[in-house]
Amino acid sequence: MKINWFKYSSPQVFYPLAGKLIPWFAWLAAIFVLAGLYVSFVLAPTDFQQGEAYRIIFVHVPAAWMSMVIYIVMAAWAGLGLALNARLSAMMAQALAPTGAIFTLLALVTGSLWGKPMWGAWWVWDARLTSELILLFLYLGFIALQSSIDDPRRADRAGALLALVGVVNVPIIYFSVKWWNTLHQGSSINMGAAPKMAATMLLGMLLMALAFWMYTVAVALMRVRCIMLERERNTDWVKELSLKTPSSQSIAGAK
Amino acid sequence: MIVLRRDLLLAFRRRSDVATTLFFFLIVSSLFPLGIGPEAAVLSSIAPGVLWVAALLAGMISLSRIFAADFADGSLEQMLIAPQPLALLVLAKISAHWIVCGLPVVLLAPLIGLQYALPNDALVVLVLSLLLGTPALSLIGAIGAALTLGVRGSGLLVALLVLPLYIPVLIFGAGAVAASQHGMSAQAHLSLLAACSLLSLVLAPLATAAALRISVE
Repeated sequence: MKINWFKYSSPQVFYPLAGKLIPWFAWLAAIFVLAGLYVSFVLAPTDFQQGEAYRIIFVHVPAAWMSMVIYIVMAAWAGLGLALNARLSAMMAQALAPTGAIFTLLALVTGSLWGKPMWGAWWVWDARLTSELILLFLYLGFIALQSSIDDPRRADRAGALLALVGVVNVPIIYFSVKWWNTLHQGSSINMGAAPKMAATMLLGMLLMALAFWMYTVAVALMRVRCIMLERERNTDWVKELSLKTPSSQSIAGAK
Repeated sequence: MIVLRRDLLLAFRRRSDVATTLFFFLIVSSLFPLGIGPEAAVLSSIAPGVLWVAALLAGMISLSRIFAADFADGSLEQMLIAPQPLALLVLAKISAHWIVCGLPVVLLAPLIGLQYALPNDALVVLVLSLLLGTPALSLIGAIGAALTLGVRGSGLLVALLVLPLYIPVLIFGAGAVAASQHGMSAQAHLSLLAACSLLSLVLAPLATAAALRISVE
């Protein structure tokens, strides 16, 4: 059976599909969060070095993973939008950016909360922390550029180019920060030599990562639906849609 | 080539613009001793970072000048429809920007390095690192300048877009000077700096040309 994928690249077709998918992903996210929290707070053993405070890694590590994955996915959508001139791809990139920025911020905040009891400092100029901070700047730059250009088509393409430039630069930045850190060697913290994790800890982390994935998909779909309605507000299908919904009917009836 | 000559000539006719960048570099790097104190030991230990950050900022504030005037009077559109490849024309404009804004900073840097009590061999490395690194700043910055062409609040936006991308250049550049201060060889840093410049020499003109086509349409 051959599915015509291009059919779903039209906002008109994708809008109801996204609406159907959102509850699924949202429920999956809720289930995985509950399972992940249960494993990480009840089942996982207390770390004999770090005590109970280590449990923040169940949020911290998946958030850091997501922050990086979302940037790559966002750049892939943006590149696809630029190459195929597809409206929906650019909208997806735009919808993913705030979620990615939030996960980056979450990773930074939980990291510093973890750092205080472990290292005795809120912030250490560790290579991973620094590159995560720079990733946040890249997200903010993407969002700022898109929001300061009024013409949506130009905003899409300019943002796409910036995301692609960023993707080329991310490995360079990461390695330069890593080498900079090893040269300075101010702190004696070596995160690379972390002790082997227990299997339950890994399970908790994976469950939380899955939950974050589902959450990201659900939120990005919700946001892309809003963007679609806003961008396509002058088209017929949006007008028909607005007539169908009960709230607008009552408004129309009141008139 | 003709574009390069034209841009240089235009810059030469408006010499005060060039001087502004240079004075900015001077002022920023003179503020640090005032804020931190005149101890020579402290100053020479922060000198590599401070001088490189000042060079970074000086290069950045002049970025909008690469395309803004040509965009305003329409000659940029002529370049877009010219038969020559746009990336080549863009490269000429970036080279002109580097000669006007980057090179003076490189030449002035040893003087400020002296004020920061840098030893002689560190001064040589400072000039070398700036010479190798500032072209990358102009090249990467041009992408940001092209993307924000005619956008409201473009001056601040360029800073947000371009500064994160400058970080590798800053690390390797300041690292080279610091290494030579500590009696180590700066060669590894200088090689990496040259690699950054060469990589951006290949990719940045293409990206800038694409960005210009998006911005001008």
